[in-house]
Formats: sequence, structure tokens, C-alpha cells
Amino acid sequence: MNGSQTGTARGTAGAALATPVLEVVGLRKQFGDHTALDGIDLTVNEGEVVAILGPSGSGKSTLVRCIDQLETIDGGAMYLDGDLLGFEQGRSLRPLTDAGVRAQRRRMSMVFQQFNLFPHWTVLRNVTEAPIAVHGVPSAQAKAAARDLLAKVGLSDKADAYPRQLSGGQQQRVAIARAVAVEPRVLLFDEPTSALDPELIDEVLQTMKALAATGRTMVVVTHEMEFAREVADRCVFMAEGRVIEDRPADEFFRAPETDRLRSFLARSMRANDERRG
Amino acid sequence: MTVSEISMTTAAPTVRTDAVDVADARPRIRPLRILGTVVLVLVAFGILTFLVTNERFEWPIVAEYLFNPSVLLGLLTSILLTAVAMVLGTSLGVVLAAGQLSDYWPARLACKAFVGFFRGVPPLVQLIFWFNLAYLLPRISVGVPFGPEFFSWSTNDLITPLTAAIIGLSLHEAAYMAEIIRAGILSVDQGQHDASAAMGFSRWHSFSRIVLPQAMRVIIPPTGSQVIATLKGTSLVSVIAMGDLLHAVQVIYNRTYDVVPMLIVAVIWYLVSVSILTVIQGKIEAHYSRGATRAAPKATGRAAAAGTSTDPVAPDAGQAGTAIDNRTKENQ
Ligand SMILES: Nc1ncnc2c1ncn2[C@@H]1O[C@H](COP(=O)(O)OP(=O)(O)O)[C@@H](O)[C@H]1O
Ligand SMILES: [Mg+2]
Repeated sequence: MNGSQTGTARGTAGAALATPVLEVVGLRKQFGDHTALDGIDLTVNEGEVVAILGPSGSGKSTLVRCIDQLETIDGGAMYLDGDLLGFEQGRSLRPLTDAGVRAQRRRMSMVFQQFNLFPHWTVLRNVTEAPIAVHGVPSAQAKAAARDLLAKVGLSDKADAYPRQLSGGQQQRVAIARAVAVEPRVLLFDEPTSALDPELIDEVLQTMKALAATGRTMVVVTHEMEFAREVADRCVFMAEGRVIEDRPADEFFRAPETDRLRSFLARSMRANDERRG
Repeated sequence: MTVSEISMTTAAPTVRTDAVDVADARPRIRPLRILGTVVLVLVAFGILTFLVTNERFEWPIVAEYLFNPSVLLGLLTSILLTAVAMVLGTSLGVVLAAGQLSDYWPARLACKAFVGFFRGVPPLVQLIFWFNLAYLLPRISVGVPFGPEFFSWSTNDLITPLTAAIIGLSLHEAAYMAEIIRAGILSVDQGQHDASAAMGFSRWHSFSRIVLPQAMRVIIPPTGSQVIATLKGTSLVSVIAMGDLLHAVQVIYNRTYDVVPMLIVAVIWYLVSVSILTVIQGKIEAHYSRGATRAAPKATGRAAAAGTSTDPVAPDAGQAGTAIDNRTKENQ
């Protein structure tokens, strides 16, 4: 792999320096005879934060789940750092073995709407398990790194608590620490604040903002308009399984091209204001 | 409340001076419970008198045979048989459960057929059947079908009362355990499977470290009943002359004709074993309820006040089964 390994400073990344980390080309996904994704094209460059917005049912979750190979795909292709995801090209194109898929998944991380922490393990073990068991990091080193991360998400005193003893916002911050602990090439977020009570949303958004500032490559499905405008480099608007607009964040909000996006933005802004007071 | 009171919104609320303190309250009087207690005491007393005064129980004979070596040997046989059937049955049950949940349909079909058959045939019938296997299959051989044979045994040499008992009980057990384990696995939230897949854990790692420990909370209570059922079920093997606890007392009363006292001896030992198993089950349940509730685990010493906890969603850790959804409900 060529290109800069650490992210370029946010906002100054020139187009010429851009190294694609994740490329999605003509991705199609069916659930039975329902087409959830209908030819998605999306490129995410090194250090970029891409927000994905769209009405409920437009295929946002399906897209990030396909990228993490939690769903099988029916057409098109996805590449991570130039490597084809989920398939290999031998004499013919065939699905990868389970071990091959796992190796690819280890290069990315996902933060789920429902946190999905492992409830029978302490916070510390939730964060250290993958580095130790999957990435072969020595236990002491993984624990020290995990404590550092927990401090960064403001939970240094919760290392020995069990997930159910934490508030939703705290659980989601642990989930973020867990996702970052494996040093993923790309972080996927599927509506990380949608399951939270309004007063807990900001602490999670702040954590994500801090993460973005360190140059992480992130794909964030969200309904938080403020966050998208402030933190994302690019915003993607999806509807009915297609990408309708894919623009730099400021243009996206300032000058939407399609009527669909305009009315979506108007509706979402109102909903956001009502919800958050 | 009068109109003038409602309009006095600016006045500071006053604290009444004649308020009682419910901390001084005494327990409520519940006449039906008192009556119930009296009835239960009388019934217990009646049963006790019947047991003590009815000479046909012949307690001295019970005492004489309770620790008789052949009775103890029978007890040991029953326990070992239970242990072997549970270990083999559970191991096979895990495979059958995984097979039934597999996305590979031939495996699913085969496992469902196995479970359907061995759950459907009464264990007594199975025991007699396996004991008489030689009638159907005089020799058992290992080799390539229609090809060379590598090993071959006479079925009559292989099938002793012991092997027939182990095969029959284990297969029956496997069918039940498969269903119990399958229900346990299904009780684990899909999000847990997603999260462990997303972290790149191997199938075995996710199953053994993430899915199974959480499934355990659902698996253990019915498994406890299953161990107890198997222990009692070992009494069936007396029909194929296997020397279990029941068979041991039968041998004695066939000689002495003390049928009732000898059956009492067996009953005592069954009850003692079952009570011990129940205690063990409770301990295992407590172990797997870690993290299942918001109450801090006992080990940290923070749950000292569990019984009087002020946390409204902190039920007793031992009853975790109903409490597991607290968080998810809150998070909707
Ligand atoms: N497992 C599934 N089975 C069948 N249909 C599904 C499944 N997951 C999602 N869908 C359908 O795919 C479409 C896109 O869903 P989703 O990606 O969850 O949308 P979003 O996250 O944008 O709300 C919806 O119409 C939804 O009903
Ligand atoms: Mg969604």
C-alpha cells in the first residue's frame, strides 16, 4: 500500500493526495425479491469522514452491513485498500473462505445502533478481547492500550463494570473504544446515537468528533444533521437503495441539488430540533 | 381542593406536622395465611405420624440396609451411568443443536430426524431394543460399505447391559439436550452474533466464548431437570439386569420379601442425590448470571445490599432470567 498511513489534517487533504481506503462499485443487495441496494457507488479516502443520510428503509444499514460482510451481496464489488472484499479471483471468481472473510473483517470495525457489547464480560475485556484473541497483542499491552482508550472516551473508572451497569451513552462509548482498539483501516457506524435518550446523544457525538479529529477514516450512518455538517467531510444522501447525492458537507447542506434532498433536509432539521429541544 | 387553593400557586408548600413515619409500621395481619399455616402444620404432622407409627415401613430394616454395600454399589452405578449419559448426551446434543441451526440443509434435516426419532421413542423401549440389537445385526463391522472390512465384532460381545444402558440413555439424552441447547442459542440476541462476527472472531471462538456463556443462563435450568430425570431414568436399566440402585434393592427384596422398606432405601438415596444436584445447579446458575443484571456481581462486594437495593431494576441475581431485558427495554 502506498500513500500516507496517518490521516492528513482534516480539511486540507488535497484531491491529489487522496488514497482510497474503501471503494464500493455498483453494489447490489436483494432481500428475496426486494432490492435493498440498487447499484451503490461510494469511495472513502484515507482520513475522510463520510456521513450517510437518508430516510428510514433507504438501505443505509444494509450498506454498512454489506461492507463489513455481515450480509452477502448480489452484485457489484467492494475493495478495502485495493483488495476485493468477500471474493477471490482465481481461474473464476469465487466467494472467499470463512477464514478469508474473517481476516478482512479484522481490518475494519463496526459500531452498532444497539451497542452490542458482550454483557457477560467487563468493559475492559470487551475492549481487549479482539486485540488479544484475534490480533495476537500481548495481554498486558492490550490492557494498557484499552485503559488509555477508555480514558479517552471518559470511562477510565468503568473498566471493571459490566455493560448493563452503564448508561446507554456510556455503553456506546465503550463500543467505540472496542472498535478503535483493533486499529481498523475504516470505522463503520450504524446510527450510533439512535438508541439513546436525547440527553445522552451529545457525549457520544463528542467522542466521535474527537475520533474524527485524529484522522480516522469513518463511515457514519446518522440522523444527526448538526454532526454531519460539522464533522463530516462528505455527505451521501440515499433513497430506495440508491445514492442520490454525494457532495462535500457544506455544499450538501447549503445547496442541495435534488428536491428529494431538499425536502429530506427540511424535514430532518425540524425533527432534530423537536427531539433535542 | 377549592378554587382559592389552586390559585395560591406562589405560596411555598407547607410540610404537615402530624405526618406518621411508616418505618414504625407493623406487619399486616393476614388471617387466611394464619389459617393456611395451621392446615399445613396439621398435614405435615399427619404425614409424620403415618411414617413413624405405621410399623409396615419397618424402619429398622431400612436402617439396616441403607448403607448395605450392594445398595451403595447400585447407587454408585446409577450416578456413574447418569454422568456418562449426560456427558455423551450433552456433547452429541451440542453437535445436534449446531446442526439444526446450520445453513447447510442436509445437516439440518439429519439432525432434526435424529432428534425427532430419539425424543419420540420411550427410553424403556430403546433400552430393550439396544439390548437385543444382536437379533437385527449379529456382527458389527467397520469398513468400506460393499468393500473391505477392517474390524468386526460379534454384537453379543459388544452389547452388555452396561453398553446397552449407556447407548440407550445417551441417545435419549442427546435428543433432549439438543433441544435445550438450541433454545439457549436462539435466546442470544442476534446483535451478539453480529458483533462477534464483525470483530473477526472465529466461529468456535464466538460460539464458545460469546454465544454459549450467554445461552447457559437459559440452558442450565432445564439441564438440571434433565440430569435429575436421567438419574431417575437409570432405574429403567434394571429391566435389562443392569445393577443400578433399583436393581440392587430388588435383588435384596426378592430374597427377603421386605419390599416396602427396601423401596424406601432406594427413595432415600434418590432424594439425597437429587438434593445435592439441585444445590450444584444453583451454584452454576449464579456463576453464569454474571453481567446479566444491573446489580454489581457479588465478588466486587458492591451488591451487599442487594435485597434492599434502591435500584428499581436490580432484581436478585439468582432470578436473572426475567431481568435480562431490562437494559434493552430502556434503550428502545
Ligand atoms: N434481514 C432483512 N430481511 C429482509 N429485508 C430486509 C432485511 N434487512 C433490511 N431489509 C429491508 O431492506 C431495506 C433497507 O433496510 P435498511 O438497510 O435497514 O434501511 P435503513 O437502515 O436505511 O433504515 C428495507 O426495506 C428493509 O425492510
Ligand atoms: Mg438502519
